[in-house]
Amino acid sequence: MSTLKKKFIIMHFDDNCATALLDISKDTDLKIRELLIRLNQNIPMGHKFSLKDINKGDLIKKYGQTIGIATEDIKKGDWIHTHNLTSQYLMEVVKNE
Amino acid sequence: MNEEFMGYQRPKGEVGIRNHIAIISSVVCVNHVVQQIAHKVKGAVAITHPLGCGQFGPDYSNTLNTLIGLGKNPNVFGTVVVGLGCENISSKLLAKNIKVSKKPVEFFDLQEVRGGSPAAIERGVKLGNRISEEARELNRETFDFSHIVLGLECGGSDSISGISANPALGIVSDRIVKLGGTSILPEFTEWIGTEHLLIERAIDKSVAEQIHELLSGFLENLRGLGINFLRVQPTPGNARGGLTTIEEKSLGTIAKAGKSRIQGLIQYTEKPKGKGLWLMIEPSLDVESMTGLAGVGANVIVMTTGRGSPCGNPVVPVIKLCGNPKTCDWMAENIDVDMSPIIKGEKSVEELAEVLWLRMKKVLNGEKTQAEKLGFNDIAIWRNTASPFQYMHCK
Repeated sequence: MSTLKKKFIIMHFDDNCATALLDISKDTDLKIRELLIRLNQNIPMGHKFSLKDINKGDLIKKYGQTIGIATEDIKKGDWIHTHNLTSQYLMEVVKNE
Repeated sequence: MNEEFMGYQRPKGEVGIRNHIAIISSVVCVNHVVQQIAHKVKGAVAITHPLGCGQFGPDYSNTLNTLIGLGKNPNVFGTVVVGLGCENISSKLLAKNIKVSKKPVEFFDLQEVRGGSPAAIERGVKLGNRISEEARELNRETFDFSHIVLGLECGGSDSISGISANPALGIVSDRIVKLGGTSILPEFTEWIGTEHLLIERAIDKSVAEQIHELLSGFLENLRGLGINFLRVQPTPGNARGGLTTIEEKSLGTIAKAGKSRIQGLIQYTEKPKGKGLWLMIEPSLDVESMTGLAGVGANVIVMTTGRGSPCGNPVVPVIKLCGNPKTCDWMAENIDVDMSPIIKGEKSVEELAEVLWLRMKKVLNGEKTQAEKLGFNDIAIWRNTASPFQYMHCK
């Protein structure tokens, strides 16, 4: 929990997303790992945003674990949720529908 | 440190943290009678449900064994079972099986009492009062934590739970296990995507294989039936709270079970075969899972919530934790321990685990939880779909 900050948390150093600990407005500049990240959307508390540019098909990592796969290109500072991330584990099940 | 709590000794060695008189319906038809009996008997709780007749196979045995388990639960001093008289799950059958615990048990059927419901209520109150008087003579004694069976529950989760309340509960669960107690993690559909992490913690190869077979078998079943599980998990409320995928939700779910080794898997109506951490095969509706935990002998349940939940259990006290500051304010009446200092950056997960530990000890010693004060009494028993109705469809 050493990365605990006021506005967001990164659960593991392997992660490519962070979780907002409060509602953060679009265009807020956050300094993360010596980088400046400007948020491209409003990020509600508990929601995720990207720490780097992620390509469609890349894995999204939280807790140092894979939580799914990017369904479109994601830019640094983008909100990550159901519109651009899907479960990798169950994709095969979905395909059969 | 020498950790102890004050509980009630049961005849076969188990220890309760409450001294309830359970008034149990054997069948839905007598729920109104049971509720009124429980209302009139000091220290009584009503155990009602919409089942008890016309059930088949595993669906029947799940209901039967869960009701038996609720009567045998160590938080129950004694039981009155009320039946109608024509149902499959009879009051006599339940009473006979609950009696194995050597606790006081009475039973009767409404159809046998001249005068219908009012007379049955009178009869139940008389039997309940007799047990209640006996219960009041029993005092709490000191016990160590090897007698604790902790149920690990979460409901109305958001992504705040997984980084605050859940890992704090994980620390408490590990502590119970270290003290020789038992901890049970239900809700297997919320382990999907974390199979590799659970398998690493299995005590042996056979347990690892069972975990793999359960989860891969479930996904296979979904595939076979053409069901899109993504429409079920995460739930709409989970998604609004920031949980995007089942993997993300599951990583939060299993955080409640700390880092202890996994001793094995148990069925919905099966008691753990030893101490330590166990996984329960149960499909993930909060009230169903807490009913199952109570049925297999949990004496205390801790439930984390992010979006807020009023759920409790008639037999087992449910301690509610919440890490989301908005919910802690909005639904303060339903929350026992405010874990939001973690998210606000004021306190660590470890510090809040200690706050939970102290609160839990008070609850073990008799302090009421919010769900107990507010009177949450619902029971839901997992209806196993393996019945002849499974393939019946209206066209």
